[in-house]
Amino acid sequence: MMFKFKHEALETNTGLLLVATMMAISIGGLVEIAPLFLIEDTTEKVEGVRPYTPLEQMGRDIYIREGCYTCHSQMVRPFRDEQLRYGHYSLAVESKYDHPFQWGSKRTGPDLARLGGKYSNEWHVQHLIAPRSVVPESVMPNYPWLMENRLDYADIGQRMRALRAVGVPYSINEEEYARNVKDFGPEMAAQLHIPNARESLLAQVRAGNYDGDPSFVSEMDALVAYLQVLGTMVDFSKIKPETLVKFR
Amino acid sequence: MATGQSQVAVQYDYDIVKKFAVMSLVWAVVGMAVGVYIASQLAWPFLNFDIPYITFGRFRPVHTSAVIFGFGGSALFATSYYVVQRTCQTRLWAPGLATFTFWGWQAVIVLAALSYMLGYSQGREYAEMEWPIDLLILFVWVAYLAVFLGTLMNRRQPHIYVANWFYLAFILATALLHVFNNLAVPVGLFSMKSYSLFAGAQDAMTQWWYGHNAVGFFLTAAFLGMMYYFVPKQAGRPIYSYRLSIVHFWALSFMYMWVGTHHLHWTAIPDWTSTLGATFSIMLLLPSWGGMINGIMTLSGAWDKLRTDPIMRFMIVALSFYGMSTFEGPLMSLKDVNALSHYTDWTVGHVHSGALGWVAMISFGSLYHMIPRLWNTQLYSERLVNVHFWLATIGVLLYITAMWISGISQGLMWRAFDEYGNLQYSFVESVAAMHPFYVMRAIGGAFFLTGMLVMAYNCFMTIRQGVRSARLVPAQTVAAA
Repeated sequence: MMFKFKHEALETNTGLLLVATMMAISIGGLVEIAPLFLIEDTTEKVEGVRPYTPLEQMGRDIYIREGCYTCHSQMVRPFRDEQLRYGHYSLAVESKYDHPFQWGSKRTGPDLARLGGKYSNEWHVQHLIAPRSVVPESVMPNYPWLMENRLDYADIGQRMRALRAVGVPYSINEEEYARNVKDFGPEMAAQLHIPNARESLLAQVRAGNYDGDPSFVSEMDALVAYLQVLGTMVDFSKIKPETLVKFR
Repeated sequence: MATGQSQVAVQYDYDIVKKFAVMSLVWAVVGMAVGVYIASQLAWPFLNFDIPYITFGRFRPVHTSAVIFGFGGSALFATSYYVVQRTCQTRLWAPGLATFTFWGWQAVIVLAALSYMLGYSQGREYAEMEWPIDLLILFVWVAYLAVFLGTLMNRRQPHIYVANWFYLAFILATALLHVFNNLAVPVGLFSMKSYSLFAGAQDAMTQWWYGHNAVGFFLTAAFLGMMYYFVPKQAGRPIYSYRLSIVHFWALSFMYMWVGTHHLHWTAIPDWTSTLGATFSIMLLLPSWGGMINGIMTLSGAWDKLRTDPIMRFMIVALSFYGMSTFEGPLMSLKDVNALSHYTDWTVGHVHSGALGWVAMISFGSLYHMIPRLWNTQLYSERLVNVHFWLATIGVLLYITAMWISGISQGLMWRAFDEYGNLQYSFVESVAAMHPFYVMRAIGGAFFLTGMLVMAYNCFMTIRQGVRSARLVPAQTVAAA
């Protein structure tokens, strides 16, 4: 060393200690996290992945409100047993529009990343109201209020605007709308258009009839709509495994 | 230690320390009681009672926030304000600001708990507080940093004592993590709801960078700061190795920030990040054990205190649990082990061997040491400390043993194949098989909570005794003594 360094210099100077500590704790994050925002390979480009419809997003917000992530993961790992139990392993791109991510850390209940389409709407409704009536050994709480609570979607437009601000391609003008038609097709683009939000939400409730009661827009409608879309956006029969390997 | 007699006797600012110390006991009781309750919900789901506010999903963050930020946070505020004054031989800088940190921090915990029960959550573990609460935390934290730095700069000792390095690193790192992890766009100015600035893989990386370093700095570095003051004090001996404390401080501060990705093994993040996280996790064993060895060896030559002093026993057992869980952590960060342990109760057990065994026990020891001194009295009952010690130790052991068995069973059941190559168990069979261990875990938690109640009673009686004798003895004689 060119100069003789003594640790005493740090111990006797608050400013130096502060700066040195700041440097020590900043490097790790900069090296590991910053590149993920800068390199393009973090998420694959795969067809089919789209933002949530207004109803699905409301359902997702209920999922977060109830803390479902404390017991359910949404991240299938590339293992044979998980492939058999849940389906294809999760791709980064599949949670591209998830603000926040809900990968979870605990499976008190099963993984939900590929839940969509596995059970009927009726099963979900019954299971959410009284889980032990369909799965006797389950330890999941009952959620009867989802059926009773009217879905409060008054601020759905504002919610979508906030999501648009963090990068979800909901459209607010003709130009963005046209871009969505190109990216997601005309039907989906209409649903992702913020000025249409309430109408598209009601239309999806009527068409989907998730909770079995078409006259009442319940929180159940939204949550089941969300659960039924989980993991269904990517058509894995059309993807070659080789194209995914390079991202791993 | 830097405890030379100063020329002028300093009247330390103990009022703020007392407030935080009492609230730390209160939040410990509340947080652990909620913990026992949610543990029981997993064993007997009828305990959710179909009441939205107390269902497991909403109640679980109430538990984590109350114990980590309420109990742990208040204990850290209390001890750091105590330690920084005594080792710098000066009063707190800006006592008004310090009082703000007290009321602000208590408001944070109350608002957080209520908001989770009402359904406001960011949906990210240990960072569930919504944006208005996050802003309040930020103000409190800046005030905390200002008070701490100001006090350090007013010190009457040339050297900054090692405990303060750890407290400082904890304050800085927590500020950094809190700000970046909670960047979000609110739905409206009057809406509690917000959406994270990050999505998917980036959000996962940011969150676990925060999540693990909350463990690394909030629950480790800061409590090491506590250890570096209270263990030598209680043992009446200087710290074992000054050199070791320098090396392990810088190594710990540098390495912890790299390891968050071990929470994301085998998920959809680039492989190199999780490999890097695992590598640093293994290296982290050395600085972690550096701290443990420095603490335990401080007692060398006075091992008899383990028999005679129950407070010392708390501290040494805390350090042993610290050593054990910082060995278990690197083990679980190996990708092959993680493939089995991730998503299972093993993780929950690991967290609690650190949180109950290390964090809570070192806090108990420190509070038992500090509370009689704050109120200028003797501890009400050493026997009750001993009772607490055994209740707590049995509680932790029951808890982590239950979680080891259930976690490893879950991992093995999920990946078991029958002779035809099909999955051997349905998921719900693994749920059913966990029932006895969930009961055992709840019992372990109940033991720990009972010990906590004994401590609260003991501290209450100690404080009452201190307040009464202060009233009886005229003020002048106290000053003369």
